Amino acid sequence: MSYNMHILVCGGTGCQASSSKTIISRMNEYLKEKNLDKEVQVIATGCFGFCEQGPIVKIMPDNTFYTQVKPDDTEEIINEHIIKGRKVSRLLYKEPEHHNPVSDSKHIEFYKKQLRIALRNCGFIDPENIEEYIAREGYTALAKCLTEMTPQEVINEIKLSGLRGRGGGGFPTGLKWEFASKYVADQKFVVCNADEGDPGAFMDRSIMEGDPHSIVEAMAICGYSIGANKGLVYIRAEYPLAIKRLRIAIKQAEDYGLLGENIFGTGFGFTIEIRYGAGAFVCGEETALIHSMEGHRGEPTTKPPFPAESGYLNKPTNVNNVETFANVPVILNKGAKWFASIGTEGSKGTKVFALAGKINNVGLIEVPMGTTLREVIYEIGGGIKNGKKFKAVQTGGPSGGCLTETHLDTPIDFDNLIKVGSMMGSGGMIVMDESDCMVAVAKFYLDFIVEESCGKCTPCRVGNKRLYEILSKITEGKGTMEDLDNLRNLSHVIKDTALCGLGQTSPNPILSTIDNFYDEFVAHIRDHRCPAGKCKALLTYHIDSQLCIGCTLCARNCPTNAIAGERKSPHFIDTEKCIKCGTCIDKCKFNAISIR
Amino acid sequence: MEKISLQIDQHQIETERGTTIIEAARKSGIEIPALCYMNLEGMCIKNQPSSCRICVVEVEGRRNLAPACATKCENGMKVRTSSMRVLNARKTVMELILSDHPHDCLICAKSGSCQLQGLTNKLRIREVPFEGERNRFEKEVSPSIIRDMNKCIYCRRCETMCNDVQTVGALGAVNRGFDATISPAFGNKLSDSECTFCGQCVAVCPVGALTENDYTNRLIDDLNNPRKTVIVQTAPAVRAALGEEFGFAPGTSVTGKMASALRELGFDKVFDTDFAADLTIMEEGSEVLARLNAFLSGDKSVKLPVLTSCCPAWVNFFEYQFPDMLDIPSTARSPQQMFGAIAKTWWTEKMGIKREDLTVVSIMPCLAKKYECGREEFSENGNPDVDYSISTRELAGLIKRANIDFRSLPDSDFDNPLGESTGASVIFGATGGVMEAALRTAYELHTGMPLAKLDFEEVRGLQGIKRAVVDMNGFELKVGIAHGLGNARKLLNEIRRGESVYHVIEIMACPGGCIGGGGQPLHRGNSAVLKARSNALYEEDRSKPLRKSHENPYIIKLYEDFLGKPLSEKAHHLLHTHYFNKSK
Amino acid sequence: MDKIKSLADLKKIRDNVQSKIELREKSENPEKSVQIKVAMATCGIAAGSKETMTYFIENLERNGIPAIVTQTGCMGYCFAEPTVEITKPGEEPVVFGHVTPHKAEEIIQKYLKNGELVEGIIPVNYNSI
Repeated sequence: MSYNMHILVCGGTGCQASSSKTIISRMNEYLKEKNLDKEVQVIATGCFGFCEQGPIVKIMPDNTFYTQVKPDDTEEIINEHIIKGRKVSRLLYKEPEHHNPVSDSKHIEFYKKQLRIALRNCGFIDPENIEEYIAREGYTALAKCLTEMTPQEVINEIKLSGLRGRGGGGFPTGLKWEFASKYVADQKFVVCNADEGDPGAFMDRSIMEGDPHSIVEAMAICGYSIGANKGLVYIRAEYPLAIKRLRIAIKQAEDYGLLGENIFGTGFGFTIEIRYGAGAFVCGEETALIHSMEGHRGEPTTKPPFPAESGYLNKPTNVNNVETFANVPVILNKGAKWFASIGTEGSKGTKVFALAGKINNVGLIEVPMGTTLREVIYEIGGGIKNGKKFKAVQTGGPSGGCLTETHLDTPIDFDNLIKVGSMMGSGGMIVMDESDCMVAVAKFYLDFIVEESCGKCTPCRVGNKRLYEILSKITEGKGTMEDLDNLRNLSHVIKDTALCGLGQTSPNPILSTIDNFYDEFVAHIRDHRCPAGKCKALLTYHIDSQLCIGCTLCARNCPTNAIAGERKSPHFIDTEKCIKCGTCIDKCKFNAISIR
Repeated sequence: MEKISLQIDQHQIETERGTTIIEAARKSGIEIPALCYMNLEGMCIKNQPSSCRICVVEVEGRRNLAPACATKCENGMKVRTSSMRVLNARKTVMELILSDHPHDCLICAKSGSCQLQGLTNKLRIREVPFEGERNRFEKEVSPSIIRDMNKCIYCRRCETMCNDVQTVGALGAVNRGFDATISPAFGNKLSDSECTFCGQCVAVCPVGALTENDYTNRLIDDLNNPRKTVIVQTAPAVRAALGEEFGFAPGTSVTGKMASALRELGFDKVFDTDFAADLTIMEEGSEVLARLNAFLSGDKSVKLPVLTSCCPAWVNFFEYQFPDMLDIPSTARSPQQMFGAIAKTWWTEKMGIKREDLTVVSIMPCLAKKYECGREEFSENGNPDVDYSISTRELAGLIKRANIDFRSLPDSDFDNPLGESTGASVIFGATGGVMEAALRTAYELHTGMPLAKLDFEEVRGLQGIKRAVVDMNGFELKVGIAHGLGNARKLLNEIRRGESVYHVIEIMACPGGCIGGGGQPLHRGNSAVLKARSNALYEEDRSKPLRKSHENPYIIKLYEDFLGKPLSEKAHHLLHTHYFNKSK
Repeated sequence: MDKIKSLADLKKIRDNVQSKIELREKSENPEKSVQIKVAMATCGIAAGSKETMTYFIENLERNGIPAIVTQTGCMGYCFAEPTVEITKPGEEPVVFGHVTPHKAEEIIQKYLKNGELVEGIIPVNYNSI
């Protein structure tokens, strides 16, 4: 007896944080109470991507997409929708543009332009159930490789597909596999880089949480093609749910004989172990990652030798990122040609982005390479929050750059983003509006880099610190035009001399903001003014004597007693004492206080 | 080896595949500056983190600059070591280093020999455009080593020496980013770590971050004190290297000039640690024979092999790392401490000096000796047998400070009785020397027959681990010799696993033995320097009329007058020691 | 659990478990299946729409017709309950009235299998949500 209806509830980290676990258990209890537990199945899936609107509940077969569901909504959903067939319209998503409820997720702008390959199973299957993965053609790619293809044929297929590394570098995956396959050694390793560290990026986590078997299968395929029988997943320990699901997946694959000895009776064996990282950003760099796995300090070493020649325990090692691996089984199932038909000349397939910042639809999206920034921001992302003006979009995380209005029609792919002074990175995309100060944004990224530098090489250890200090000076209105030259020269030298990818790209946020928002830097330096009104040191608070009625509310709430004035007459702010906390503005009922 | 050809600046260069750009350039006379890179070729020790980024060069077709120290030459490669792009980058990187480095060169111990200072000058950096935060670390003053991490440039050389070469593991990188520094674990002090004070880190530090604790000012005070009798002992290895500081070629033995200089400085007596080395052989050799005989006669309580115990860093090493094996090393004290014990008992008695009025100073090639003389068991009522030790480098500095024209000093002899020594003792300074000296005496004591050939060539030389079988008139004595604590660890692991086949093992902590000690003039990994120094010692051995410790007349007299015989109760009290479990 | 030892084993498991997610796969691509919406408001339920719906689900499967059966609210044709809206792939929706299990069988056999017209169609002039 199969179920008539499926209720998919997002079990990703984001929705779990908003009680999706409780929703699931309440649904199960209530269905049982109503004797519907034989007809309706509740499934905890991976992330749907629309995290802004979570927790997500999707009802199949009528594809109803409920958003921001609370545990208290469960009875209503079951009573109304499941029993009476009436959609609970207050829980339907409303497009920010026209506020009309949309029932089917396919008609939601957020999903319309998406093409989900890496995320194909996220939000669709129960990630803790291998059978659901198998039902979706899972492990057939592995079977096909092992029984019908030679390792070189597998590599050729991946090469032909044009798949490039999704972790940031964009190196052709097939070529990487080929390098590792050429080295002769008694032992080789396949490593899955799950040390996702870009601020705001969480696609790798979501894939591992929502479709862990795709990683297991892809790693085994990679092992077969390069001649490795051991796989290691390097994952940050602060991803407990991903770790749990991955563990379950590995165990299930072992139980089904899809990992272990003699897979599909072919004599090929492959096992996977999980290694935990402590969350250092630099450990996403493959040599640092390998050293960390070996128990050493997470520090990069000069390449060459590349891991393909000498990696983990000095053995040939192929390192790929989670999203890269997630694409592999589909490519082998549907063919390289199919995959290569999606995307642009130099970048094939799709890319997952983590949309964040001042955008309406925050979440995880997957689009074909070549989709423009405008489509992503305005159509999928639903435009800028609170009707504000778009100012910039930061791509590529701390290694990327800030792009402006003029770049909005750039088709997104590896090469185009580099051309316009940013990069793909792992797919973070942070949107900024007119109230964001670009000097402060550059400073934010530098702060992150200074925090995350391992400190090994001089340019990164000291150079980035100095960049940060110069930026701080500018945001405090103490900068000089000479500082701007220093910033530029130092940025170029760091790019030119740093040891690893982290340092070689760390000045990108600065260079791109100087290039694209030069006037804003100059305003801070020459006019001691922050045009966006963000840099505290450059702001002063004023009380408009026309508007102030002397209610004393501001003065009573000021934590530093910086506001004085007689009752029923206009008040004044002592700018020496004012710490610019903003409490007075929040308290004033007459809009009498402004920032200049 | 496959030959490849490349262009570096204007030079067309042929080199072997696998050579790095920095080495290929060096061979063509182009010196690419570098700070972290260290190639102690003769010792097969390399520090190549490619982290300072001073040696960056431009390689045609490459996106960014390449570290010359870690980039291998390729056929047809075009390299520019000093294009304007390179010079700007190098200057900027240097400015960055200097922006987090104190500028108090005037009073820095490394001033004049600091590589950072030299390079700053070469690059003509006259101001540092970057102002900003500087790291502030607390300076640690241990008996041997002063650690001032504010001066550290994070080149990691000390880490390589401590971890890879010596396998001590006391120093390692801690913290991240701007705060990254080198430290014992958990921010402990060296004195609370497994540090053996071998001083190999000090020997390679390019800046003033790791320096020896300098006792020369204290020495000047003592020499100025009319109430004090100040005597000095000099270790064998010092005479083979001190001359280098005064322009003599490596391997020039300056024993006589050194004695004269010490006398000029005002020491009341100039004695020789070599005397105590002969004494050590008497005690240690007798112990070896006693343990060997007991073992061979079936005494199960006796363990073999016997390990030498002259080297204080080595003693520290096994106390920390092999506490389960504390009963194997010989209980004989090191020559420095035997000297102190005899000087402050027998000699003071003989001279009618009060123990408290005698200051015993040692000149050592070693930094661990500074620590050793402070060990509690080597003192009586708080008065140490040896008051303090100064290194070869410190002595050279003092001689220069005292305006002594070392090169034109006449030779002079050591004073008696504690200055007389045999050839056996002088070779203590080279790896294998203690073993050879012991063999000369043990053979004759064991067999009762004179030794036909005194030179045991098989225990000499710079291989890391040496093995030899010595025919003791029918009995085959198996000996092993290791220098460098990494090599020592290998032998100790064999013993621990029960695989050791040796009867006696000599271990010296520093590569090359004491001639390569942490307090010696810097040899910068040039094994030719080490060879020359050891040759000087063997030459001095050959030139001595007496070459066996048990033939030293003053040693014989010391036993007759005072100690009785080797391993006597008095000898045990004054010349032997015990070890402590210091494992963490 | 027996281990999968061959490609055939994997395919067998896949075929066995495919039904578990078939419902989801079909509803991801509804335009490829027959879509049947059964009006299940109070009026419909009172008139027996629940039985009708169950009949459709069980018998469409038996007849091998890929279909998505969902419920919907009151269509406004309370006089003709149970009412059912049927959309064949690529065609306009058609609403049938008075669909008892017996009528349902007729719709399956004639309208869905053979494309013949069946009596009881209600002219459409509304938009469903």
